[in-house]
Amino acid sequence: MKRPRLTLVVDPIACEGHGLCSELFPERITLDDWGYPIVDGTPIPEALERHARRAAADCPRCALKLVRGR
Amino acid sequence: MTAATRAQVAPPPGAARLLAGAGDPPTLDRHLAVFGRVDTRLDAIRLAEEAGLRGRGGAGFPTALKLRAVAGRRGRPAVVANGAEGEPASKKDVSLLRVAPHLVIDGAILAANTLGAARIVLALSRPLPQVEHAVRERRHPALEIRYVPDRFVAGEETALVRALAGHEPKPTLKPPYPFERGLDNRPTLVQNVETLAHLALVARFGAPWFGDGTCLVTLAGGFKRPGVHEVPLGAPLADVIARAGGLSKRSSAFLVGGYFGRWFSAREASSLTLTPELLGAGAIVALPDSTCAFAECARVVGYLADESAGQCGPCVHGLAAIADALRESGRRDRRPDVRRWTAMVEGRGACRHPDGAARFALSALEVFGDEFDRHAGHHGCGRPCERVLPLTARR
Repeated sequence: MKRPRLTLVVDPIACEGHGLCSELFPERITLDDWGYPIVDGTPIPEALERHARRAAADCPRCALKLVRGR
Repeated sequence: MTAATRAQVAPPPGAARLLAGAGDPPTLDRHLAVFGRVDTRLDAIRLAEEAGLRGRGGAGFPTALKLRAVAGRRGRPAVVANGAEGEPASKKDVSLLRVAPHLVIDGAILAANTLGAARIVLALSRPLPQVEHAVRERRHPALEIRYVPDRFVAGEETALVRALAGHEPKPTLKPPYPFERGLDNRPTLVQNVETLAHLALVARFGAPWFGDGTCLVTLAGGFKRPGVHEVPLGAPLADVIARAGGLSKRSSAFLVGGYFGRWFSAREASSLTLTPELLGAGAIVALPDSTCAFAECARVVGYLADESAGQCGPCVHGLAAIADALRESGRRDRRPDVRRWTAMVEGRGACRHPDGAARFALSALEVFGDEFDRHAGHHGCGRPCERVLPLTARR
């Protein structure tokens, strides 16, 4: 059985708009007019998983999370 | 035994059900004389389900589902009657609490008994002597009043639970929802006070009598008799206007559903029926033609921006930007900016505050479109801002 794909979720309360995530994972994360991330919540293909993990891990506020099957 | 034979008092005959006892001090004796006793051992989930009762706090969520969600959790629950009416355009919860506090308490006890709740908290944003007196009369060991700050977001479920725990009234990330972890970490039912009062009537007079139900509305602006009225759900807006004695000033636009609601032109409004989705928390404003619509709307969005809990970037920055753009719209066309930013903030807060404010702004754009066209490239409409849309001064 295939495992459900990973998706990215941002905690808007924790997020301070450092913007690192969009530099690390521009395929799925853009910034709004005020520098806060707009996260594409569609499942992440395996080829991009490494970038997604890196973006989540490097968030200085730990506001970006990878969740499975949402 | 049917609900009809259970009640010893005839149900209120007219559209005024919750407000049937208005005019006299709301003592327990008076309450029992108007509504009769209620069997608080009845199954609140079944009552809510049979009546198709939906929340009157704004979201219109089915009450039976909410009760069931709490009932399905482990641990002794808590019941919070939400009387924190943060929206300045709405006065209906405070009015209800003043006129019929015992009805609200009946509903809260019904829900608490069904859930086996350990605590029943009446959450208010200001002292109401009628409620304090009613609670003393009931001598119920689990029942207490708690005060929370009078802020717009304080009525949001998670913010309310946090305020009751002694913290600032700011929303938290969901999940966990209050039904999962709320007051004292208990599974918590947060229910608007009007919803509970309806539940108390359903328990007395039955779901068939309840029918589509009534709802409380707060009318402001160009109505002859503004204030809180009780109207049948599904009634045409025209009936509600008639009930308020008609309009005192020519009004070409109506705000339905308060500051998270939508604007309608007078023509759209003439064929509008009041559904729970439209009504939200029940605030309706008739906007007189004599005031500047842009300034009125910008003032409200500016207020909503100030009332942001200040936690989420898109809400803090986005609402301020939208308010500025609206403010300038009486002089030059800022519609593209308003459109861009309302779309940008949608769904990007921990709560629905930015979504509600964006919806309000976007619908202003649609309904006042002709005015935008007329004003683009000119210098204002020359009309003053009469401050028809009510705001609360920030404490």
